[in-house]
Amino acid sequence: MAMTMTQKILAAHAGLEKVEAGQLIEARLDLVLGNDITAPVAIREFAKIGAAGVFDKAKIALVPDHFTPNKDIKAAEQCKAMREFAHAMGIVNYFEVGEMGIEHALIPEKGLVLPGELVIGADSHTCTYGAVGAFSTGVGSTDMAAAMATGTAWFKVPKAIRFELSGSPRGWATGKDLILHIIGLIGVDGALYESMEFAGAGVAALTMDERFTIANMAIEAGAKNGIFPVDDRTRAWAAEVAKRVPAAKRPYVEFASDADASYERTISVDLSRLEPTVSFPHLPSNARAISAVGDVSLDQVVIGSCTNGRIEDLRVAASILGGRKVAKGMRCIVFPATQAIYLQALREGLVEALVEAGALVSTPTCGPCLGGHMGILAKGERALATTNRNFVGRMGSPESEVYLASPAVAAASAITGRISDPTEIIAAPSRA
Amino acid sequence: MEAKGKAFAYGDNVDTDVIIPARYLNTIDPAELASHCMEDIDASFAASVRTGDFIVAGRNFGCGSSREHAPIAIKASGVACVVASSFARIFYRNAINTGLPILELAGAESFAKKGDEIRADLKTGLVENLTTGAKAQAMGFPPFMREIMGAGGLIGYVRGRLAAGARL
Repeated sequence: MAMTMTQKILAAHAGLEKVEAGQLIEARLDLVLGNDITAPVAIREFAKIGAAGVFDKAKIALVPDHFTPNKDIKAAEQCKAMREFAHAMGIVNYFEVGEMGIEHALIPEKGLVLPGELVIGADSHTCTYGAVGAFSTGVGSTDMAAAMATGTAWFKVPKAIRFELSGSPRGWATGKDLILHIIGLIGVDGALYESMEFAGAGVAALTMDERFTIANMAIEAGAKNGIFPVDDRTRAWAAEVAKRVPAAKRPYVEFASDADASYERTISVDLSRLEPTVSFPHLPSNARAISAVGDVSLDQVVIGSCTNGRIEDLRVAASILGGRKVAKGMRCIVFPATQAIYLQALREGLVEALVEAGALVSTPTCGPCLGGHMGILAKGERALATTNRNFVGRMGSPESEVYLASPAVAAASAITGRISDPTEIIAAPSRA
Repeated sequence: MEAKGKAFAYGDNVDTDVIIPARYLNTIDPAELASHCMEDIDASFAASVRTGDFIVAGRNFGCGSSREHAPIAIKASGVACVVASSFARIFYRNAINTGLPILELAGAESFAKKGDEIRADLKTGLVENLTTGAKAQAMGFPPFMREIMGAGGLIGYVRGRLAAGARL
């Protein structure tokens, strides 16, 4: 029977020739991930299992990224518990402040996920790694605890929705606009329990950073995972990682969906018709084209997160903000997603351009995206962010508002003080 | 196993940020989490919920983050069962793994209003609204999930399997 690439990865990790949608399987894991919010619960549950140790010291990653650098005493205690567990268990991939990054930018950068691999993480945005043709999905802390002990997890094999992409994005439209547009089309539960598979000639036009952004937000449509085919861009990405990281030289498997694989439905999107897109409060599905936004004034702009804190995002932000000024009274906060991205942005002069424009450039942290710290909103305040969720109270007060958009829209809006089309500031460069 | 209590009714897409806001995620203490449960959608919830009560909601309950603090907070607040038209997948998984009873019931959002008296048989999935007299049958769970729930959650299940020398 024909299978999707997601189904093939699951079958391979379950030691089965084939699987079908709805089947419950037990699969072997290549990586188990947790952070400073979810790992403390997992560590408590892990102790109850009574296992002598973790299944594989090299296949667990612990990243303190949410409330770090420690925002208060309680957060510090949680980070300490995670640090001590990592030390006691001999966990190889524990990343301390100073070498860490936002987990979903860090894991691919460190070569901890490659095409065809299977990753679970106690963080909903673990679905990010579908960008490289891996199966990855978010789970809870108890799943993480069991996985640390056994190296396996149970899955229900998902059905899939195919997104047939054609054309190439124009102007300031990017991968972020594509995923906001798609979530607007299908809704926040439009892909519930299902796999979102991106396919078609348009895939080749999307950079790896854009694919990470798109796969990252599959969860915002309720999906189990978002996944891209492996192509030359993926192979070049894997080769670059292998050059930097010895462990990433391991062989990987390219899975591809069968031509006659079955899909719940197929949705076609012509990338050349995409406009910069903004999701209004309080759901990511409240998406509007920039031309339909109207006059929305802002108090804060946030550029960063596991969704849009990568080097291309910072380049776009600096290209718009460089030589200009953040509007008087506006707070513009920029978060490079990892230390390596931060360093690269320094070397390219992006940090200088952003700081001269009046933006704040922070150390990597999930911080304001989830209303943790480093940019919380007061009652009645309004932010535009390149993050992934705009639920009630997401960035602070339950009476504040968050609008979601791309780094280009965010940078332009920081200059004007209201949600703005980047072409108001500067014409888009042509895509490479 | 039967549960009986009052309904707290909500709409679609009740997300984990309103179930337990991130500003309280610097603790893993169930009682402390429960004291802030549903705070951003229903400020009176934590003070008025009683052991055995129900949360009744529409589609995609528990969408958003993977924080297990959400089902932990609900369970520690005394809620006997969450009845919803559908659940976001990570929340669904977390509820089963942590032993929070949930029932998927088509049209749940119109089944009960706030304060209605609800009775549910958690084994058969039969849900009754004692205030309106309505009865409905929730979806059943596959045997594998019933096995996990029967062990009190995933940890009990895994511990049992490891003790028996089997793979998970």
